[in-house]
Amino acid sequence: MKSRDSWRTWVWRVTAQCACALLLTTSATQADSILAPVGPVGAGDRIIFFDALVIMLAIVIPTMVATLAFAWWYRASNTRAVYRPDFTYSGRIELVTWSIPTLVIFFLGGVIWIGSHRLDPFQPLPSKAKPLEIEAISFDWKWLFIYPEQQIASVNRLVIPVGRPLHLRITSASVFNAFFVPRLGSMIYAMNGMVSQLNLEADKPGTYLGLSAQFSGDGFPDMKFDSVAIPAQQFASWTTGVKGAPLDRAAVSALLKQSRAVAPYTYRGIDASLFDAIASRRLGPGEGPVSGRGGPGTQNVLPHGDAP
Amino acid sequence: MLGKLSWDAIPFDQPIPLIAAAVVMAILLGILGWIIAKGWAPYLWKEWITSVDHKHIGIMYVLLGLVMLLRGFIDAIMMRSQQALAFHAQGYLPPEHYDQIFSAHGTIMILFGAMPLVIGIMNFVVPLQLGSRDVAFPTLNSVSFWLTATGALLVNVSLVVGEFSRVGWLPYPPLSELRYSPGVGVDYYLWSVQISGIGTLLTGINFVTTILKIRAPGMTYLRMPMFCWTALASCLLIIAAFPVLTASLAMLTLDRYLGFHFFTNEAGGNAMMFVNLIWAWGHPEVYILVLPAFGIYSEVISTFSGKPLFGYRSMVAATLFICIVSFCVWLHHFFTMGAGGDVNAVFGIATSIIAVGTGVKMYNWLFTMYGGRIRFAAPMLWSIGFMTTFITGGMTGVLLAVPPADFLLHNSLFLVAHFHHVIVGGVIFAVMAALVYWWPKAFGFRLHEGWGKAAFWFALAGFYVTFVPLYVVGILGMTRRLQHYDVSQWRPWILVSGFGVLILIGGAICQAIQLVVSISRRAELRDFTGDPWDGRTLEWATPSPPPAFNFPVLPQVQGAEAYWDVKRRAREAHLLGKEPEYEAIEMPRNSPTGFVCAFFATLIGFALIWHIWWLMIVGLIGAYVTFVVFAWRDVPEYIIPADEVARIERANRAVRQEALASAAAT
Repeated sequence: MKSRDSWRTWVWRVTAQCACALLLTTSATQADSILAPVGPVGAGDRIIFFDALVIMLAIVIPTMVATLAFAWWYRASNTRAVYRPDFTYSGRIELVTWSIPTLVIFFLGGVIWIGSHRLDPFQPLPSKAKPLEIEAISFDWKWLFIYPEQQIASVNRLVIPVGRPLHLRITSASVFNAFFVPRLGSMIYAMNGMVSQLNLEADKPGTYLGLSAQFSGDGFPDMKFDSVAIPAQQFASWTTGVKGAPLDRAAVSALLKQSRAVAPYTYRGIDASLFDAIASRRLGPGEGPVSGRGGPGTQNVLPHGDAP
Repeated sequence: MLGKLSWDAIPFDQPIPLIAAAVVMAILLGILGWIIAKGWAPYLWKEWITSVDHKHIGIMYVLLGLVMLLRGFIDAIMMRSQQALAFHAQGYLPPEHYDQIFSAHGTIMILFGAMPLVIGIMNFVVPLQLGSRDVAFPTLNSVSFWLTATGALLVNVSLVVGEFSRVGWLPYPPLSELRYSPGVGVDYYLWSVQISGIGTLLTGINFVTTILKIRAPGMTYLRMPMFCWTALASCLLIIAAFPVLTASLAMLTLDRYLGFHFFTNEAGGNAMMFVNLIWAWGHPEVYILVLPAFGIYSEVISTFSGKPLFGYRSMVAATLFICIVSFCVWLHHFFTMGAGGDVNAVFGIATSIIAVGTGVKMYNWLFTMYGGRIRFAAPMLWSIGFMTTFITGGMTGVLLAVPPADFLLHNSLFLVAHFHHVIVGGVIFAVMAALVYWWPKAFGFRLHEGWGKAAFWFALAGFYVTFVPLYVVGILGMTRRLQHYDVSQWRPWILVSGFGVLILIGGAICQAIQLVVSISRRAELRDFTGDPWDGRTLEWATPSPPPAFNFPVLPQVQGAEAYWDVKRRAREAHLLGKEPEYEAIEMPRNSPTGFVCAFFATLIGFALIWHIWWLMIVGLIGAYVTFVVFAWRDVPEYIIPADEVARIERANRAVRQEALASAAAT
């Protein structure tokens, strides 16, 4: 809310926004909804989500209805309801009450077992095309995406080709983060000293929200990036057109300093050993706050939009 | 001299915490001044602060829990309003402040709100239901309470002296390590949780001993009221889980204070180990809270349906089943760390298996209502509200236990909505039901019915309006803990959720009015018989409030529903049982040990947080001296003469005889 706006216009505007957005989101095709996936992984996750939901609703809804119905019918004022103060045990009912949840969980257990194997983020996607290798590193507080084969890197902007599987290797140069593009599907943690892997694919061109799904400190809200899916040819020309300084150890030490809301920029020319050096802790870790934080008087204030 | 402490620690530049602290201090000083002016200070000291009576300790626990619940709720209001404003903007809370608020909200609500409430209710109810006179270790019980209060005090001190943790309610390293959190916030968290954790562990030991060893004659295990069973399961979990918490926080403390490298990014530390350990406590912790809540619902639903609990043995089995399985599921908190298909699937299935136990309980409550004569008093409304709410909350929980679904929803507001769904709809509703249900027993008068029901309807509506939109934004990809955001599709849902908080505030106001109205009209709401709800368990055999010794003669239990059987016989004969021979009763003496211990624990905690080493040594010596003085006490007990016991119990019998006579006349 800007100060020059009057209260009334603000309320009006917000109400109008709400009405529009509610209409839009209920259609569930807009927005960054996980229910509107743009790739096979997100679609697979969504199927499992709906399967599990439907399986459970099949007993949840009747139970809810029964609860309200029993409570209403057996109200003390209802003279037609039969009072059975000694009805405290029934072997048959016990059998049913144990077996209904057990059977449901048996069924759901199968879904879990199959789902977590088929959609294991480390598992390569079935595709004839060779996956595009991407190395993602989380810094305080920005993402670095390295394209080792193309010898380029990008900060806070992930450009990917449509229809080609992606193989991401992910680590962190400081604290925990989680790499997540809701519409592409599965997320996975970025952790210092460890490399996680994630296989994704985009089916449709578009710009999708990407973010960190694990709180990582004061700059966390700005750990977001645009994930831009473009046709393969366009992607090829993008990779050749990327300009920027080389990503070497000096560039990495600049990245290791904390900064917030960093505007996207690119590097050309990559030191191939960087990702492994960070993942194996030979380089880094991130420096942490500039000044000590003994109390509120000594806050670290960082410039916004900090770029080298 | 004062370690890291200096004037810089006071946030003179931040009006919100300063004003909040000033208001709190003014209220505290006002209450204190009022107590002294009225001459109540000696009464307060003798009957409450130094009390080792489980009923008084229970009431103090509940009071502490309610105050902290209010503090946590204020944090929640700030978070919701911040997110309502911080769309394409910074809102009114900068990240360093907002991060403290959500960390404090989680820590306070779980450890200093819900835990004291649940433990307080256990304290008050369990010995009465077991037909015993006190817990196994009464003074230890007082120590437990005051250590919990110490933790709560330290958390609130951080509001004005220094800062609170900014890393979330569980301090995940490496963010919580010295490199990334050099301030005192994490230290406040560590020491307040450690000190109150000792209190909780002692409570667990105390109640397991009480339930296993101190029951009325004839109260076999399978005659114990359901609430006692769930309290036993909960305390077993405390004993098993809290040492894990203590150990994992101790390792983090060593990292921060002595340069160890358990979880650091340097020197081969492994932060993932912390995450494993903390959830090995954190998941059972959820059941430590919710199992006693299930016990409360069991008591309430049975009483207000006018029936014994359906499938009692099944319920006991389901409780113990949940108790054990809850230890085998912790990994579902981090499926997205990439453990692989087998591990994820095993933990996902283990998690959903817990739903079998919960499902059985749900059906048994359902069949307790079946064939009943249901009275819709406020506790029953809370219970039915729980049954319809918790089942969907449980469902979203199982949904999150399915790894591929969790890959989309982990750490999203969907998750936030889920755990509020089960903790508000499960634990908080239970606490509210328990408050209305056992209030007359504790204070001798009922709570105002109308305001209680109003509070329920506001809370139920507010709950849905607040948290259903959070499920939706979670599905729209919004993660938790965002201080600001600029995705326009999230905005309306966040605003609706903020509106829900307004309804919840209405509920909280109704609760407050309920207390004020009830206290001022206590004469007309008085509970003369000691059995206002037509109860079935032994606490309703005592007068309201019960005398210090609870039972003049230990009851002889002959069936599953100890008091109901006695009452039924009396009703059939229109006569109470024969008056027993009264004997003198020995009761434990009150002791300031708990309070003094906690005083020194506060000094130790504060000194460690600010690196004031001499003060820490003073505190340690003081605490040890307190222990020695207590250990060498000469007179541990006092005697209540038989005449006094007879006088109190005859008054109780007289009102009950009168009630029987009037029931026979109608």
